[in-house]
Amino acid sequence: MSQKILLDKINIPGIKTYEVYRKNGGYASVEKAIKTLTPDEVVEEVKKSGLRGRGGAGFPAGMKWSFIDKKSGKPRHLVCNADESEPGTFKDRYLMEFIPHLLIEGMITSSFALGANLSYIYIRGEYMWVYKILERAIAEAKAAGFLGKNILGSGYDLELYVHCGAGAYICGEETALIESLEGKRGNPRIKPPFPAVSGLWANPTVVNNVETIATVPWIINNSGDDYAKIGIGRSTGTKLISASGHVKNPGVYEIELGLSVDEFMNSDEYLGGMSSSRPLKAFVPGGSSVPILPAELIFKTANGEDRLMSYESLSDGGFATGSMLGSGGFIVYNDTACIVRNTWNFARFYHHESCGQCTPCREGTGWLEKILWRIENGQGREEDIELLWSIQSKIEGNTICPLGDAASWPVAAAIRHFRDEFEYHVRFPEKIKNREHFVAEPFSQVKHLVGGKVIV
Amino acid sequence: MERTHYKQEINMTEALMNRINELISHYPEDKRKSALLPVLHEVQDAHDNWLSIELQDKVAEILHIKPIEVYEVVTFYTMYNQKPIGKYMFEFCQTSCCCLNGAENLMDYTADKLGIKMGETTPDGMFSIAGVECLGACGYAPMMQLGDFYKEKLTEDKIDQLIADCRDDKIILHDK
Repeated sequence: MSQKILLDKINIPGIKTYEVYRKNGGYASVEKAIKTLTPDEVVEEVKKSGLRGRGGAGFPAGMKWSFIDKKSGKPRHLVCNADESEPGTFKDRYLMEFIPHLLIEGMITSSFALGANLSYIYIRGEYMWVYKILERAIAEAKAAGFLGKNILGSGYDLELYVHCGAGAYICGEETALIESLEGKRGNPRIKPPFPAVSGLWANPTVVNNVETIATVPWIINNSGDDYAKIGIGRSTGTKLISASGHVKNPGVYEIELGLSVDEFMNSDEYLGGMSSSRPLKAFVPGGSSVPILPAELIFKTANGEDRLMSYESLSDGGFATGSMLGSGGFIVYNDTACIVRNTWNFARFYHHESCGQCTPCREGTGWLEKILWRIENGQGREEDIELLWSIQSKIEGNTICPLGDAASWPVAAAIRHFRDEFEYHVRFPEKIKNREHFVAEPFSQVKHLVGGKVIV
Repeated sequence: MERTHYKQEINMTEALMNRINELISHYPEDKRKSALLPVLHEVQDAHDNWLSIELQDKVAEILHIKPIEVYEVVTFYTMYNQKPIGKYMFEFCQTSCCCLNGAENLMDYTADKLGIKMGETTPDGMFSIAGVECLGACGYAPMMQLGDFYKEKLTEDKIDQLIADCRDDKIILHDK
């Protein structure tokens, strides 16, 4: 379980530079695609690979590519989504910072497949030093003849630029990203039309995550079938997981999909277990938007099967007892963490990041934040828990973009699995005065005070 | 709402204009507006890290767009500052993953040390501190952004050292 296809070369000294990257087999996929394959054959390989979008939604990448409108004759664009902002997620930054040419190579091969002659990498403004790294890598690739006019004498032209955002989580949503790239506020667009038909400047556009695009060179150098052999079932290939929170070895890991959560959490090759002697309390497997799960649902599904790092296994049981692989932002909590405080923190995040277009999200995220804050600060009322549930259920599914869902799910999951902790906050305000109330006295020691009695 | 009008000296140097024109060239000729976000970053970096109304009007003129098209963008994105801020702006990530590893205590420590609250600037104009949302460094918490760079795995000692380095002019803010 240790096949690596994205990070296999990351420790080679100097791999950031074109010269070293090229010497180690870099840009082979561009040569192979341009000289020996048609654009449609490249799309076909990606389809066969079963590669699913690595930004969070998990939509098959090859299928997304096949939707691009090639008939209208309008210019086409590939836009790489490097607006990584989902709390818990820091994998794309690692890839771009330490092996930038892998992304550039993927952008060229993928742009060729889509017939795009002008492509962009949209990077969040805070990653300014990575923006500079990418700009330098693009200049090197251009000097070597892999970008610009008539690439490798094929007649294919491609210009590639980096574009920086300026601090807005919502721009990770693909239509908001396109608006932002057009120099506007990041307000998501109503779909349809989908970007594949009318995207950047109303031209057919594909938006793909950094990791998705960086996987394309391997698929072309080997084959879609070879890629599909890695992983498990419909979760083909490898995935970057960024781990944070109370673990011994936080950081970015490439795993083969299908690895057990137990091995990922506890083996020394990966996270090495917890960071201290405090026991595991909860985890979020795929970034702040996906449901948080309690300890008893982490290593085993509700059916008693081993929980695996795959799209299917992590969502096994639906939202009742499962979660999602999402972006791979893996957050681990020990028993000093307060679920109410964590949920308030995420609610504040979504309130701050809501673009404000849709009333349920603009107003609802504010209500969630305020009510959670008063519960966390000992001013909660018993009926607040039901009120939170009601508000989140009215946001979900009622907004233009998925930010509304993303704001609702963490609140719903926290109440679903940790309701007694909310009740404790409401009933024993004097015991939660200190911000770190569960450090000295973890919830497991006071749980009996609420006795599992359901209030509403 | 605060209505104070802050004045700013505008200095569009040749180097800055060259960089702006280079950025504009990254988009089709009839799509100059697309360069707005990157251009605002460059202009802000060259003007003490903030954008006055007059400076925003100047950007509108350069990109051949209406001033309102610049204002609505400046007010939407958090990285554009609409009033003067400290020379060194410590932006702490305050989202949950960083808090699990002590971000809140470290923010309190820094605020006490500088004698100001989050969101404020020291009277000498040297330091501003603020809590911001997830910066994508969750595994290296607690952390902050300072100029174009991240300072990660922070401790109280490292904060002391950073403050001293800022006072000694040893900190590079931008990678130009």
